[in-house]
Amino acid sequence: MPLTTARRAKRRGPRRFTSRDLAVIGVLLGIPVLLDLALVWGPTLASIGLSFTSWDGIGDLHWVGFDNYRNLFTEYPPFWPAVRNNLLWVAFLGLVATPFGLLLAVLLDKGVRFSRFYQSTLYMPVVLSLAIVGFIAQLVFSRDQGALNAILGDKSHPVDWIGDPDLNIWMVLLAAAWRHTGYVMILYLAGLKSVDPSLKEAAAIDGASETQSFFRVVLPTLRPVNVIVGVITVIEALRAFDIVYAINHGRNGLELLSVLVTDNIIGEASRIGFGSAIAVVLLTVSLGFIVTYLVQELRGEKKG
Amino acid sequence: MAQSPSGHRISRRMLLRGTAIEAGAVTLPALLTACGGPGNEVKIGSNASDAVPRKAFAEVFAAYKKKTDKKVKVNTVNHEAFQEGINRYLKGTPDDVFMWFAGYRMQFFAEQGQLAEIGDLWKGFSGFSDALKKQSTGKDGKQYFVPYYYYPWAVFYRKSVFEQHGYEIPKTFDAFRTLAKRMDKDGLDAIAFGDKDGWPAMGTFDYLNMRANGYDFHVSLMGGKESWTDPRVKHVFDLWRGLMPYHQQGANGRTWQEAAQSLAQKKSGMAVFGLPHPGQQFSAADREDLDFFPFPEIDSAYGQDAVEAPIDGFLLAKKSKRQKEGKELLKYLATPAAEEIYLKRDPNNIACNDKAATSGYNALQKKAVELVSGAKQISQFMDRDTRPDFASQVMIRAIQQFINKPNDIDTLTKDIESQKKTIFADS
Repeated sequence: MPLTTARRAKRRGPRRFTSRDLAVIGVLLGIPVLLDLALVWGPTLASIGLSFTSWDGIGDLHWVGFDNYRNLFTEYPPFWPAVRNNLLWVAFLGLVATPFGLLLAVLLDKGVRFSRFYQSTLYMPVVLSLAIVGFIAQLVFSRDQGALNAILGDKSHPVDWIGDPDLNIWMVLLAAAWRHTGYVMILYLAGLKSVDPSLKEAAAIDGASETQSFFRVVLPTLRPVNVIVGVITVIEALRAFDIVYAINHGRNGLELLSVLVTDNIIGEASRIGFGSAIAVVLLTVSLGFIVTYLVQELRGEKKG
Repeated sequence: MAQSPSGHRISRRMLLRGTAIEAGAVTLPALLTACGGPGNEVKIGSNASDAVPRKAFAEVFAAYKKKTDKKVKVNTVNHEAFQEGINRYLKGTPDDVFMWFAGYRMQFFAEQGQLAEIGDLWKGFSGFSDALKKQSTGKDGKQYFVPYYYYPWAVFYRKSVFEQHGYEIPKTFDAFRTLAKRMDKDGLDAIAFGDKDGWPAMGTFDYLNMRANGYDFHVSLMGGKESWTDPRVKHVFDLWRGLMPYHQQGANGRTWQEAAQSLAQKKSGMAVFGLPHPGQQFSAADREDLDFFPFPEIDSAYGQDAVEAPIDGFLLAKKSKRQKEGKELLKYLATPAAEEIYLKRDPNNIACNDKAATSGYNALQKKAVELVSGAKQISQFMDRDTRPDFASQVMIRAIQQFINKPNDIDTLTKDIESQKKTIFADS
């Protein structure tokens, strides 16, 4: 193909690419493609391959077929809690934290008093790494020495916020949402600032209520921001790791797929095959979201 | 993983550092092996990353340098990171001599042919008990390990609390339970308990198991040779369940440091710890008040024979090109003098060589010496006596689950057994 294009380019004049252009394009595209293959697709395929072995990182590869997956699904107790927690993470960030961030952005955009102050306060947690957030969460939620129990003052039966496996995931989600909300807020705030006010005026003149004009006019014009926020939310939820690792190494109710992958692959007697199988499951979950997103995008482009 | 008993100096700061290390884990093999240098110096891989041990070891190696005029290069890596990277470390270009643990955790690598056999050195060693020699020996009957220091686990308490309430040291498990009940009535948490990091509770399990079923059963259970659904294992969990009401509640959310603090604050009466653990949480003035007694007897057939005392020491990498120099260094490290230099700086452990001077020891150290020298067998610790992946991936979770729901022992042991089968089948 490139050769014929090149020949045609010479024949048909200046609008076609010269061979030099092609070389430049080839290099500029080729390098990223090679990097992509080497750094993204290579490891991905290697992981998938390794997930069918019982490799310990050193010796020979032993093919074990679907044994790792069978083990994972039937005999590895932390697996299903981890899947559940990852999905819970997506749901909580997507349905609670993100809408709340949007709400804050709208309120701030309306120009409440001290809005600059609120804006910076709410954005503050975003500069913290999630590991630090996890550390702060411990200071607040620790059963014996935490700030929250000190305020509640129940000395005889203090609530075990981060030790109780039915409760701790919610406390961690709350801490993660604390950070996520600020992030989403700032993105929406930027988006709202760029919405043409005349659109709102026109809607108001046409007799739309405030709610109607927001949901029917403003939100649709924010589509690019919505897409970015959606992607960020899913990514944050699936890559969650550091916060639970800082709290209790992702055990006792705080299991996550990312933690299980790390625990199995890194370690004294690495179970790389088994860990890879978990990574493949995480990949599959991510692919579900990516495919949905791409389908949506492509449809949107066709319509537009 | 990051929860070895030897990681006993984990503080909140360490926690954060640990997370940062975690992030950098991929670059780790490069870091571990980044140790060039001239060919004639002996390289030492050190996991003594905390301030006190690091300084103490630096003095030991400086003394060696001075004595023999040999060059030594120490390569210190964060304690947890060293453990996590050990596989890649040994497969890559390891240092000549490196710090590690005795028992199964050493045998595991000896079996893979990563360690140099040092039986010839052992013929010249003196001052090490048979129990220590056993822990330094691989499954093939050859010695690989030079023991350096160890620290026993026991039940710690405050003398003043025992005096104030007129408590007596329990010799048997029944007396222990009765004492716990009494403390409970007196408004104390009888047994301080924190298992957020996953490993501290293993000490209690080990002791219950060794007292009820004996040391040999402990070894074969940890070696994957016994079934976890065996009635003897269920009996251990059952004994523990009987004690659970007297343990501090909410252990899975509490660090061992917080548990030790409650002991220091006289809010709880006793706690199962290793020698270096509780003291750190006591003020200097209160440290005098700290004391311990051996874990009580359950079955008179086994008495209080076994003592859990993790041993740290040194190994020589098989890949090392300086076997002769490495062995020379190991020989020095096995001398009482070398241990004395270290323990002067870090009084949280006791010397392995019984010829090392104990005159500089504090009261607790002296008592610890008595405890281990009277021991018929020395166990390491669950995560050192079994495959590391079994300890960290299966047992931590199982014990935390048991703490949450102590009543469902059948499901628990069945779970452990099925996972044990897959993990030990890998080897």
